[in-house]
Amino acid sequence: MNGEPVNSGAVEGPWLLGVRHHGPGSARAVRAALDERRPRAVLIEGPPEADGLVGLAADEGMRPPVALLAHVVDDPGCSAFWPFAEFSPEWVAITWALEHGVPVRFIDLPAAHALAMRAGEKEAATEGPEAERGEPEAGALEGGARESGAPVSDEPESGGPGAVDGLRLDPIAVLAETAGYDDPERWWEDVVEYRGQPAAGGDALAPFAALAEAMGALREVYGTGGHDRDLVREAYMRLQMRAAAKEFGPDVAVVCGAWHVPALRERTTLTADRALLKGLPKAKVDMTWVPWTHRRLARASGYGAGIDSPGWYAHLFAAPDRPVERWLTKVAGLLRDEDRFVSSAHVIEAVRLAESLAVMRGRPLPGLSETTDAVRAVLCDGSDVPLALIHDRLIVGDVLGEVPEAAPAVPLQRDLTRTQKSLRLKPEALERELELDLRGANDAARSRLLHRLRLLGIGWGEPAAATRGSTGTFRESWRLRWEPELAVRVAEAGIWGTTVLGAATAKAEANAVGAAALADITALAERCLLAGLSDALPVVMRVLADRAALDADVGHLAQALPALVRSLRYGDVRGTDTAALAEVAAGLAERVFVGLAPACAGLDADGAAEMRTHVDAVHGAVGLLDDAEARTSEGIRPRWFTVLHALGTRDTVPGVIRGRAVRLLLDEGELSQEEAGRLMGLALSAGTPPADAAAWIDGFVGGGSGGMLLVHDERLLGLVDAWLVSVPDAAFTDVLPLLRRTFSAYEPGVRRTLGELVRRGPAAESAAKVTAGVPGFADDLDEERARAALPVVRLLLGLDAPPATTPDSTNDLAEVAG
Amino acid sequence: MTVLDNGAQQASADTAEVLRPHAEDAFADELAALAAADDRPRPARWRLSPWAVATYLLGGTLPDGTVITPKYVGPRRIVEVAVTTLATDRALLLLGVPGTAKTWVSEHLAAAVSGDSTLLVQGTAGTPEEAIRYGWNYAQLLAHGPSRDALVPSPVMRAMSEGMTARVEELTRIPADVQDTLITILSEKTLPIPELGQEVQAVRGFNLIATANDRDRGVNDLSSALRRRFNTVVLPLPESVDAEVDIVARRVDQLGRSLDLPQGLDGIAEIRRVVTVFRELRDGITADGRTKVKSPSGTLSTAEAISVVTNGLALATHFGDGVLRPGDVAAGILGAVVRDPASDRVIWKEYLEAVVRERDGWKDFYRACREVSG
Repeated sequence: MNGEPVNSGAVEGPWLLGVRHHGPGSARAVRAALDERRPRAVLIEGPPEADGLVGLAADEGMRPPVALLAHVVDDPGCSAFWPFAEFSPEWVAITWALEHGVPVRFIDLPAAHALAMRAGEKEAATEGPEAERGEPEAGALEGGARESGAPVSDEPESGGPGAVDGLRLDPIAVLAETAGYDDPERWWEDVVEYRGQPAAGGDALAPFAALAEAMGALREVYGTGGHDRDLVREAYMRLQMRAAAKEFGPDVAVVCGAWHVPALRERTTLTADRALLKGLPKAKVDMTWVPWTHRRLARASGYGAGIDSPGWYAHLFAAPDRPVERWLTKVAGLLRDEDRFVSSAHVIEAVRLAESLAVMRGRPLPGLSETTDAVRAVLCDGSDVPLALIHDRLIVGDVLGEVPEAAPAVPLQRDLTRTQKSLRLKPEALERELELDLRGANDAARSRLLHRLRLLGIGWGEPAAATRGSTGTFRESWRLRWEPELAVRVAEAGIWGTTVLGAATAKAEANAVGAAALADITALAERCLLAGLSDALPVVMRVLADRAALDADVGHLAQALPALVRSLRYGDVRGTDTAALAEVAAGLAERVFVGLAPACAGLDADGAAEMRTHVDAVHGAVGLLDDAEARTSEGIRPRWFTVLHALGTRDTVPGVIRGRAVRLLLDEGELSQEEAGRLMGLALSAGTPPADAAAWIDGFVGGGSGGMLLVHDERLLGLVDAWLVSVPDAAFTDVLPLLRRTFSAYEPGVRRTLGELVRRGPAAESAAKVTAGVPGFADDLDEERARAALPVVRLLLGLDAPPATTPDSTNDLAEVAG
Repeated sequence: MTVLDNGAQQASADTAEVLRPHAEDAFADELAALAAADDRPRPARWRLSPWAVATYLLGGTLPDGTVITPKYVGPRRIVEVAVTTLATDRALLLLGVPGTAKTWVSEHLAAAVSGDSTLLVQGTAGTPEEAIRYGWNYAQLLAHGPSRDALVPSPVMRAMSEGMTARVEELTRIPADVQDTLITILSEKTLPIPELGQEVQAVRGFNLIATANDRDRGVNDLSSALRRRFNTVVLPLPESVDAEVDIVARRVDQLGRSLDLPQGLDGIAEIRRVVTVFRELRDGITADGRTKVKSPSGTLSTAEAISVVTNGLALATHFGDGVLRPGDVAAGILGAVVRDPASDRVIWKEYLEAVVRERDGWKDFYRACREVSG
């Protein structure tokens, strides 16, 4: 550091208040310093485009956590967020300034440059998968991390997504290591955040001075520590500080990341700074305020601002005194609401344990880890389950920010308008029908847009005809109607993302995680395919696989399978990558196979009937799945047939399912007619209760083409007939309704034929040649009748028929054709 | 209890002779070095400061170069909470499935804190009240009438009067009414002797470590009044596969030696497989974190993995070619996993079909399991 000695402790400004973003201790220190020094202007590290929006922070309707959102005007996907929580030092500075009528200036590099630079890097780094996706999350992540990362260091500014910049220094980590801490976060908290208010007589700027000194030493050793963009940003900040000094005099407070303090204090020449800033790319950028949530501040949620425990920080910031006691009381309240027994004595013990732990670990005050350990040992009986609840509700918290009406429109609306224009799909209040041919690129894009909007709860278009059964067709019809309140819906959906695609993806992912039933998730997967949300699919599939693995009800699994297989085929038609889907579907089928046989035992009549529909559905799905899966080593079909065999021959399985299984195997040619006859004979033998036998018949020949089977195979009919005759009188009235239902489902023609066959009696059966090859057919070919059909066959096959036909054959042809 | 004292002295006199020396004897050097180096404040009657106790358990190197071996390999947090609890006036309850070193930790804690790990009450279904409070020497009682001389103090009573750490093993095995005699001891820190109209008051330094198995069937749950007197620390199962494989291999080696079973290095692969299967079923998720599986009703602890491998080794030695093969462990795994014939069998089959069948290099194992599963 070649500049002047440290002057942040000086009476004269500018006062450089180096902070850790989102640090409650920093926030308190900033407020104390501002109260003491009363600067004439407050400069904050943030995009200067937001200067015009700062006034909104004082609006009644503004509730943190909120975020400043900057996005490129014609590419809302390229965006960045600057989140502010109640306990963010920047937010404290803003509100202090607004309360005292002091002007606020944002002095960081304009978002116009930052976003343009990032877009440039994105193009350069085409190798990176992230860059290719070009999704809003990528942008948001960047932006989120920008204001955070490692607390002071303003992390990933430099590297574009996918760009590899290996060594980047975390200044806090270095300081912590020097102090003998293994966790940099903890060190920072011990040294800065948990220091109470500065003593009344003490210098409110003292902590900042000490920190600035440490940072100065660090930067002397490590330079920019890999954050090369920082040089440019700091040059810009210095320029802004000069301008502010000119305008307001020296009494100016600057709130910025502690990392920047040494650089801002450096004496550089105006021209040198200007030179650094020369030739920066520029993009047209819009800014607005958007509501934010604690969950998004937390690291785990993807938009992370780099802090794990926003709820804990908010508590530290808001609690006037005794933070640990108050926190544990809050925890106890939450546990009581969840019907866990927690007494005041518990809380007292937890406080004592937390404090003893802090002493043992050599910390000035119990931190989050001490209180959590204490809560686990004292309040939760050592269990992590209630602890997860505490983490979710209190440590992260459910706080949702609010933004006043007056804030500028969200980028999602702009993206929608742009897409509507490019697809020539105008929002009209008048209802109209829209026919889409999905083979056309434009129509396909329209369909995807409408599906995405539906996912987001923006009901502009409703599918007109039932699209459910029509998968695989290339037509879709929609009923479109733009209601004014849809604009509100768009604004609401703005929290999901900045583009329709990004928002729909985020929404679909959230829906998947929150979905209750397995079938809901498969339906969602179907919708994701329709809406072309291939990025959401992995999450949906993962949730689906997890739920399927843990769902013990085979019925649920069997219900979910058909929709999944349908989407698999439909995805193929659309050319989407459905490998993940196929894998999940196969896994689901596997689980159904394993669980089906045990699940069929001990069912009552209703349960059996329901299970029969499941068996049918799975059978259909397996057929479809097998086509798609033909390349896998072990076909899924043989495995399914094994399951059906087991079902058909197991006595504990209800009759209707046994019959159904035998029938399905017979239809598939997996069971010979003789074997089916044998099984039927077994099922209808004297030892079986009549009701059970009737159910078997229902399963075997019930529904669709069952009647034809009986018509053609007189042996089976004979078995049914013989059994029916043998049913005792008392039982006959019991089985009659079931049989009636079975047979009344047949077509009238089939019923009549059956009736005739039965009237003809068993004589016909015995007359039928026992030696016959295929039952129901004559032994030998009736050559005379066969010859009559020959010319037509020739004609159909396009074979050379002898030109000179005999009169005989002409007659035959006429006969047959007639 | 002079008898006990004599026993302890003898044990320390010829530690080498006893089959298993007490912790305070086996690690006497380390404890002495720690006490010498320890300059932090010690609670009343503690041999070491809480920090030094934690170091004793977790291992480390002292400023004078003495190396302290780790006694417990696991999260530091757990040991810190346990030691801190002993420094408060709450008792410590160590919970965990079998084979998670509960007893081991409790013994070493007592050794480090009080220098004596022998004040032990073993909990069983037949543990009487006398084992926790006091009994009578009936010869004395009949000859001289009730007096302190006729009283036979329990280890807990001795710990109270001398300010030591008492241990209760398998607390949940003790009948509920006997458990509850601890309530007065832990909350009032006093043990009344109504027969003599006297009481024994605990002096500073007294505390109690109890261990309990939280997955066992047929145990007597603690009453909420008693539970409230304990801080609970759950000892987890080994965190990584490698750690668990290491533990299993080491224990199997020890057991195998006493059973005269040879153990080649070939077995390691099979041990890893057993541990992987156990961990996946226990955690409900595959090792690669990509597939969830259902968990069966058994505990599938490390201890069970050890017995499966030992069994398999015996099979391989006496009926096979001496090398541990999938077929040798398959039956053991099946027995450990399928505790409830109805639901566990489905879970096991599902796991076989969905996870094992697809895994590279597990074909032979899959086939062996299919064979025994039927």
